[in-house]
Amino acid sequence: MTAGIVGYGIYVPKLRIKVSEIERVWQKSSGGIGVNEKAVASIDEDACTLAVEAARRGIEDFSIDPKRINAIYVGSESHPYAVNPTSSIVGDALGTTNKYYAVDMEFACKAGTAGMQVCYALKKARMIDIGLAIGSDTAQSKPNDALEFTAASGAAAFFIGDKKDEVIAEIESTCSYTSDMPDFWRRPKAEFPEHTGRFTAEAYFKHVIGAAKMILEETGYRADEFDYAVFHQPNGKFPLKAASILGIETKKVEQGLITPLIGNTYSGSTMIGLASILDIAKPKQKILAVSYGSGAGSDAFIINTTDNISDRRAKVPVLEMIKEKEYIDYALYLRHRRKIKSL
Amino acid sequence: MQQPLLLFIGDLRGDSMHNIAPLNWRKFPERYLLKGNYCEVCKQAFFPPRPICPNCRRKGKLIQMEMPRQGKILSYTKVHVPPEGFKNEAPYYLAVIELENKAKVLSQIVDSEQEKIKIGAKVKKVFRQIGEPDKYGTITYGYKFKVIQ
Ligand SMILES: [Zn+2]
Repeated sequence: MTAGIVGYGIYVPKLRIKVSEIERVWQKSSGGIGVNEKAVASIDEDACTLAVEAARRGIEDFSIDPKRINAIYVGSESHPYAVNPTSSIVGDALGTTNKYYAVDMEFACKAGTAGMQVCYALKKARMIDIGLAIGSDTAQSKPNDALEFTAASGAAAFFIGDKKDEVIAEIESTCSYTSDMPDFWRRPKAEFPEHTGRFTAEAYFKHVIGAAKMILEETGYRADEFDYAVFHQPNGKFPLKAASILGIETKKVEQGLITPLIGNTYSGSTMIGLASILDIAKPKQKILAVSYGSGAGSDAFIINTTDNISDRRAKVPVLEMIKEKEYIDYALYLRHRRKIKSL
Repeated sequence: MQQPLLLFIGDLRGDSMHNIAPLNWRKFPERYLLKGNYCEVCKQAFFPPRPICPNCRRKGKLIQMEMPRQGKILSYTKVHVPPEGFKNEAPYYLAVIELENKAKVLSQIVDSEQEKIKIGAKVKKVFRQIGEPDKYGTITYGYKFKVIQ
């Protein structure tokens, strides 16, 4: 059996702030970004607690024994510590053994999918039983910055294995398209990331389209052969434009387009979209997934669902789970995200 | 010879907090996974783990056991005047929870609407930050509970 996804879990915090509320405070328009509201981690949540909750759901819904997890990679640009791994906290919180490879990853919004690639490679090298790749972020944004309209919190955990009766979706192929293109960054002691405005769009399309074309060329598939596609979604528009450039119909992208509903969850973004597709995909369907991380790079995957997906599903689909929410105003948002100076 | 070094570190309060890290670490199994214990003689589960079975004393046989992640609220209170370190989270709910194996846990209730927090409400364990002493010390993680129906 080819290595692939044996389970997944998603966690989106309950709090939401409407983009219109942020517009009200700063008296300016978000400028048609296709995002209605964003998920906000509460004051006692961080990228680590989000990661644990996402992985816990995967363990429960897909009956995965934590003792079988031999690799944990947590991708985030908001790891709670600068030094001290999130991945080891996640392992202990899930009740793994001590025998697991672990490291925290950072590559803006694509560190989670990079973790999937590593787990996939370790699985193919037969070095692990099950690998756990997590993308988790409580994305930071400066008050009154354009990022504030979209920077959200959420996490996705993917379990990679190769047991015939467990794999719900095989990873047929993966590749990365990488170059030095600094469109978004945060220096060590800076509290919030900086970005280059429109240059970000140029970087996004160069890498997302670059990686998609690369994987199509390597495997010989045509873009129209896929049943679903999911792209990194910094806003509600870019993924649709990427699909149209590649010649993929809009309806194939909609199921995985979650950012309009919860904002950009950074490292969680592409992975939550992929989970939403797996929530409804039928056996033997083909999915194209392409992440994007500023700086910059894209990881592309060709993923084929198996017969197992008919009876191995998340108990609560992404689109259902995110309906559990509680709206907060801008003042409470500042309190929860500790943006009030004294917090 | 510790003193001059501390002056360079500059934050004496932070340093005293670092001494808590090893003590905290010994409680990770309890805080992360609700690991308590269970007496094989009287068949009772205990949380936090007991050094000796209160029912059987020397005749008891305690084994480590992960507690169930679900239970129900036995009693609760709303905390308006929190202890040091929890000021920014107040007001919050604290509840005595009876887990599915009858063991009892005192925990904060999060992500639950006020009207759902009541005696008998079903709750589920979640993983949260419990606190951070300051910007320099370790972050404490552990269990909190949320109402699921
Ligand atoms: Zn006993």
